[in-house]
Amino acid sequence: MASQEILREEPSRGSFINDPKVRGIFFQAVVVIVLVASVWWIVQNTIDNLTRLNIASGFGFLRGRAGFDISDSAIAYSSDSTYSRAILVGFINTLIVAGAGIVTATLIGFILGIGRLSRNWLIRKICMVYVEVFRNIPPLLVIFFWYSGVLAVLPAPRDSYNLPFGSFLNQRGFYFPRAVWGDGSWLIFVALLLGIAMAWFVARKARQRQMATGQQFPVFWTSAALIVGLPLLAYALSGFPLSFDFPQQSTFNLVGGFQVKPEFLSLYLALSFYTAAFIAEIVRAGIMGVSKGQTEAAGALGLRPGSILRLVVVPQAMRIVIPPLTSQYLNLTKNSSLAIAIGYPDLTATTGTVLNQTGQAIECVLIMMVVYLVLSLLTSAVMNVVNARMALVER
Amino acid sequence: MQEHDLSFVRVEMAAAQPAPPSERGLGAWIRRNLIASIGDTILTIIGIVLVAMILPQVINWAFINAQWTGTDRTFCATVAQGGIQPDGWTGACWAFVNAKFGQFMFGRYPLDERWRPILIAVLFAALLVPLLIPKVRRKGLNAMLFFGALPILAFILLVGGVFGLPHVETSLWGGLLVTLSLSFVGIAVSLPLGIVLALGRRSKMPIVKMLCVVFIETVRGIPLITVLFMASVMLPLFLPAGVTFDKFLRALIGVSLFAAAYMAEVVRGGLQAIPRGQYEGADSLGLGYWQKMGLIVLPQALKLVIPGIVNTFIGMFKDTSLVYIIGMFDLLGVVKLNFSDANWATPQTARSGLVFAAFIFWLFCFGMSRYSMFTERRLDTGHKR
Repeated sequence: MASQEILREEPSRGSFINDPKVRGIFFQAVVVIVLVASVWWIVQNTIDNLTRLNIASGFGFLRGRAGFDISDSAIAYSSDSTYSRAILVGFINTLIVAGAGIVTATLIGFILGIGRLSRNWLIRKICMVYVEVFRNIPPLLVIFFWYSGVLAVLPAPRDSYNLPFGSFLNQRGFYFPRAVWGDGSWLIFVALLLGIAMAWFVARKARQRQMATGQQFPVFWTSAALIVGLPLLAYALSGFPLSFDFPQQSTFNLVGGFQVKPEFLSLYLALSFYTAAFIAEIVRAGIMGVSKGQTEAAGALGLRPGSILRLVVVPQAMRIVIPPLTSQYLNLTKNSSLAIAIGYPDLTATTGTVLNQTGQAIECVLIMMVVYLVLSLLTSAVMNVVNARMALVER
Repeated sequence: MQEHDLSFVRVEMAAAQPAPPSERGLGAWIRRNLIASIGDTILTIIGIVLVAMILPQVINWAFINAQWTGTDRTFCATVAQGGIQPDGWTGACWAFVNAKFGQFMFGRYPLDERWRPILIAVLFAALLVPLLIPKVRRKGLNAMLFFGALPILAFILLVGGVFGLPHVETSLWGGLLVTLSLSFVGIAVSLPLGIVLALGRRSKMPIVKMLCVVFIETVRGIPLITVLFMASVMLPLFLPAGVTFDKFLRALIGVSLFAAAYMAEVVRGGLQAIPRGQYEGADSLGLGYWQKMGLIVLPQALKLVIPGIVNTFIGMFKDTSLVYIIGMFDLLGVVKLNFSDANWATPQTARSGLVFAAFIFWLFCFGMSRYSMFTERRLDTGHKR
């Protein structure tokens, strides 16, 4: 370091125009001046335009009455609610569709990714065709395909397809029985939580004992028994409080049950199927990135194939998989904004409606940007924590 | 005693024995690849059932039952729906695609002027193909024509208004014409811009670095629709009253800026992968910053990230379909627009149109990804670790 300091302090021999430091300062000064000037110009123009259009800037408009209906809402909402409530409804819808999509895409993606490495030629080829098809068409097209190509041409409600467990599928969406929780059902949830807590505790103890003595304990079966058994016991004890509200066919429509609208269904299916193709490639790259020596060494230690996969290959593959997986999750969340194309009221769609009604373009776009940025940062943060726990601890 | 040497040294190679029958031919291949174990056999059966369920239906729909010719919806509708097909018929309505083909390609571009986009398409192909084949020489001239002369000519021809060519509003453009011109300009703008942003992000100048980081991270954190919204509703607010931007141009700016941020991250990955010694070597040769980057670092860095660059191109090509949401009609938009044509509305119309559009998109994207794999192999100088 010291020698560099000395070198830097030597006076430049050539003209000072050639001094990188001087050039840097000059260049940055130019950038700052240009930036400030253009920002000032833009702000001036915007102020002019806003006064001309009679739009008051600021977020006060959010308290106004929304006046439009939202077809799919997880929280209480009517057209009398405020604009901010409408945006909140959209935000929750974005969260729902992104969350559901992420889970499904991960499941399908992992199956496909492992399938592409199968020794079975047929499975390998099926997975390859899937990945190559879905990777190369726009997500918006997949959404339209589900929406106008598949779901819109389903039969009318009175000719609905009957599916197992009393569910129905028709033009208006997917209907399935809604669980009705009776008195005392809180006991089931308490039992479930208790079961999970106890399973966690058992797993911890078993691990400590294995570390100390080498003795193993059937953790999986014990946890399964605790997590499934306790709620079942509580269900029986509290007098079977759970019943189902089955959808019933009436003359024109289905009554009762829980309806999943085609907008949600097509967005959710399209996002899952589209992103799954990318996740499959990531998983494949991850597993291929674990060197063969690891598998062989594990085999030489006497581990069985299942244990090799669980204890040696997957933990190392996850290390490669997680960072790109994170960006796929982010992509899925951002792609959920395509909902606007088929009228699913997500954040972009509701905020877009608010924008059209109020003309508050800057505020609305700003809200959208900030929310998506925060969502992205949150997802990255969570995945970074997961990544840090998985990352190689080097000495 | 030497005649009685008992040791035996074989001087010629033994003829190779054929592999045992159990390892040869179709039987062995099936045994190895399809029924190696019980689990494998079950998987194979599941696979066969899957294929048997899906493939015949797809082939039936797309080819055997498909209606290839026709003039209106009756050809693609069943009797119950007021058409000529037997009840229960499902098949692709290629007649719809056939009838609307011109629209799918050019949108509402005036019929008499369609020779202009066709001419540009022919020139585009004629210049692109030699550019892509490594053996054809004069790459410099070719590239100059492709990236320099062609865009200017395309602009003059497509927009018109000079040399006696009637002016064609960009709002009349549509279909594949919009998709391709958006992605061509997007690619041509986003790559250089992305390189500049990546260099800026690794610059030693704090202000430049900060600006680049903020731009890249912001754009990457928001969906393209938000960027397009911004370009379509906020840009007019930012400009002085009376100055209006063409909608097409606004979408172009939005898409290019969006792709540039992603490109910057890809290029940065390449820059980071170049060992320090290369930078220092360039410095010790007395090269300036741009010489160092242009002659030493970037050629190596860009070569490393070709797959990433092409993936970004593919992503952008697919993303151009989003301009539909701000009211422009690219290929997907035009297809979607034509669903509502009462003359063609049948249950099969939407599916057929979308499958056609998907096929076109797929063709371009798959072609790009295969070409990138080819280039990667060709440029592989064997220095990879």
